Amino acid sequence: MQDAIHETIHIPAPVERVWKAISDHKEFGQWFRVRLDQPFVAGTKSTGQITVPGFDHIKWNADVVAVDPPTKLAFRWHPYAIDPETDYSTEPTTLVEFTLSERDGGTEVQVVESGFGTLPEHRRDEAFRMNSQGWAAQMKNVRQYLA
Amino acid sequence: MSGNISPDRAVVFAALGDATRLGLIERLADGEDRSIQQLAAGSPLTRQAMTKHLRVLEDARLVRSTRYGREVRFRLEQEELQRAQAFLVHVARQWSSALKRLGDHITKE
Repeated sequence: MQDAIHETIHIPAPVERVWKAISDHKEFGQWFRVRLDQPFVAGTKSTGQITVPGFDHIKWNADVVAVDPPTKLAFRWHPYAIDPETDYSTEPTTLVEFTLSERDGGTEVQVVESGFGTLPEHRRDEAFRMNSQGWAAQMKNVRQYLA
Repeated sequence: MSGNISPDRAVVFAALGDATRLGLIERLADGEDRSIQQLAAGSPLTRQAMTKHLRVLEDARLVRSTRYGREVRFRLEQEELQRAQAFLVHVARQWSSALKRLGDHITKE
């Protein structure tokens, strides 16, 4: 996996229960803090309004990529596009993937957000081809030198 | 929630997304400046290919070049690299707290 962030959590509840909390747009909104206008359907847009106090002027805009019960939800978005005056539509999107699996009588939820190095079409250049080696992990090595 | 992925940040991340360029950054990570000859030592790349990679890093403001007479030397610009790392740490933290809220949402019902 390249240019990606991985976060996982173990939740002591059945996969079906966790799946509902992630895939049901109203439940998703409760913990993510967003009021979504429509259910998640693969291949459609997801719109809404962020409900985090102080950030409730921000709109939620995502493209739903996959809804595969009960293990996978994926969407693309502009990460932390929080300036209402800025048009983010031409900027790079990242892919957010939730993957659920049964573990130790509960559910492991993994979130991977990837694509931070992906440039919009008009800026793409041969020199910027992503290599198969992940850099996020390698950056940790570099960081040791910088400390 | 603060900061966004600007096109400039994407350029930085794309510049980092290459094993050769990451290798160059590691070679320069001690803060010393080096010539292309020094950076190319032990590498199968031609001087021309090396120059191209260094140019990409320079455009992303990850390295800076200085001319000394007929020689050009390259040095790591740590600021941009640290900014990129800080952004990723920030995004990871946002996800970590969102997942914690998901866990609380389910277990406290």
